[in-house]
Amino acid sequence: MNSNKQSEKVYQEYFTKEHNLLRSAVRDWIRKEVVPNIDDWEEAGEFPKELYGMAGELGFLGIGFPEEVGGASGDIFDAIILNEEMMRSGSGGFAAGLGSLGIALPPIVKKGTAEQKERFVKPVIAGKKIAALGITEPGGGSDVANIQTTAVRDGNDYIVNGSKTFITSGVRADQLTCAVRTGGKGAHGISFLVIESDTPGYSVGKKLKKTGWWASDTAEIFLDNCRVPAENLIGEENMGFYTIMENFQMERLQLCVMANMTAQMALEEALKYTKERHAFGKPLSGFQVTRHKLVDMATLVEVSREFTYRVASKIQAGLNQVKEISMAKNFACSISDKVTYDAVQLFGGYGYMRGYLVERLYRDNRILSIGGGTTEIMKEIISKLM
Amino acid sequence: MEILVCVKRVPDTSENEIGVNSAGTDIDRDDLVYSVNEWDNYAVEEAIQIVDRVGGKVTVVAVGDSESEEVLRREMAMGANDGLLLSDDSFGGSDGKGIATILKAAVKKGNYDLVLTGAQADAGAGQVGGMLAAMLDQPYASLVNSIEIINDKTLKVGREIEGGNQEMNEIQMPCVLSIQTGINEPRYVGIRGIRKVASVEIPVLGALDLGVSSGSVGSAGAKVKVQDYFVPQLGKGAEILEGSTEEIIDKLIELLKVKGGLK
Repeated sequence: MNSNKQSEKVYQEYFTKEHNLLRSAVRDWIRKEVVPNIDDWEEAGEFPKELYGMAGELGFLGIGFPEEVGGASGDIFDAIILNEEMMRSGSGGFAAGLGSLGIALPPIVKKGTAEQKERFVKPVIAGKKIAALGITEPGGGSDVANIQTTAVRDGNDYIVNGSKTFITSGVRADQLTCAVRTGGKGAHGISFLVIESDTPGYSVGKKLKKTGWWASDTAEIFLDNCRVPAENLIGEENMGFYTIMENFQMERLQLCVMANMTAQMALEEALKYTKERHAFGKPLSGFQVTRHKLVDMATLVEVSREFTYRVASKIQAGLNQVKEISMAKNFACSISDKVTYDAVQLFGGYGYMRGYLVERLYRDNRILSIGGGTTEIMKEIISKLM
Repeated sequence: MEILVCVKRVPDTSENEIGVNSAGTDIDRDDLVYSVNEWDNYAVEEAIQIVDRVGGKVTVVAVGDSESEEVLRREMAMGANDGLLLSDDSFGGSDGKGIATILKAAVKKGNYDLVLTGAQADAGAGQVGGMLAAMLDQPYASLVNSIEIINDKTLKVGREIEGGNQEMNEIQMPCVLSIQTGINEPRYVGIRGIRKVASVEIPVLGALDLGVSSGSVGSAGAKVKVQDYFVPQLGKGAEILEGSTEEIIDKLIELLKVKGGLK
């Protein structure tokens, strides 16, 4: 982060010139390779797998990961830029799908052995394999300590039984960073295993149809007597709960970014449309009621983004921001709820029609206050830290 | 082969709506997002491909203020070996001849076999390549859409001419070519390139370093001066379709049907 001084004016700038160069590079790629096709991919319910290879080749998938695992290193604002620009595709599903390694790999990078990183991290960062994170089960999501999927030690293997659901990139994932119960009840009996999709007993249900995020392939995954080598255990046995909790912080930050971008794009669409669309002899923006609505939307987006950046910079500085990131997520999601709603309202009937970006933003937005911990779970976390 | 590619920082038309400012003296530059001139980007890609084939070095040069450094760095992240910024307060307000004068001084400081420019930039005048070649007393081809290396002295270049026809020429090096879009598919900038050039020092040369007299460039030396910017009056027979993009498309389809353009 830079501190900029111009005479008496002092302010903090989160993005350096190098960040801006990265932003323009990712934006250029998204604009040419993704935007022209995204409507088709949304309808198809997935984007071409080749995109992983391209993003890997350009090094974008390695942003935020250390160089020793094939990453491109970088700081928290590099990761924010990548997410913001992927969101510029206009599809939260694309961003979530291509970005699923962002939640699937950190436990392996942080707790895995060199051999595990070689096998499970490098090929994913290179875009040659797809990784997904498996926490949520049909019986529970936010109640992580109550995970039901079991992994019972049998010689050099674990025998895994259970199922996972709402798994982003789950249909096409080559490997699942999977939370399993290896010990007794509660938080202290949970471990992480990497389960490869070609393991006998691993099966994928049909692609789940969702309200939004259509371009992301989301699946239920069944684990039926899967024999997983013990060498696939990430970190210490029964210590997985804490890794899950750590992992949530970055996921929540990225959900803040997605909410802010969803709101930003809805605002931009509304600004354009209200200048173009005429009613009663003048553009919609000629009416005070429209202008004031747009001002409220813009103000909320600005404030939410600044708060997210502020929390991100504190996380980067090593400060504990569990309370603040939870607040930021709830705030950003409440803003994107309001702004996407208002944008659709300004578009009138067109805002309800497929093919209009605000319609998709409105749908894509809904998951943000559920995924990575619901608004209510965030509030529980915050209340304990107040 | 030593190649110099001249690049310019321009408003990114895919990011901005371009309008005339209220005084009518320029386009409205508030909140504009800038990027490398598209034609120049093709020229840089072509230079990188040539050097990949026959060896050598690609240098990118820009005339502008310190903000132009971002464009040089972008092209270096893409694969150009060196960057050079020509910057001086006296360069501001240069016309095409002024820019060519500054570039000529930079070319003379090097030993380039080939100088590439974009066919045109944001102002659309397309003057610099031709003027630079004349000042250097070097052969010049404009609107080049293919380059083949015959030997270390000769290139075969294709030019786009009227009616979608193609013209092929042999040209002796050293020479200047202005590059048309579509000559290649410019590569994307990847993160490794960005990291590689992030902290590279880009040399800056001013009027004194270049031996350019301040009276010959910038506003002082400009013999072409923009007098006015405005949106033209709607002419007879012209109709501007209004509404959202989708509404405009619907109206256009309707019009084409009525006029017999669409059956």
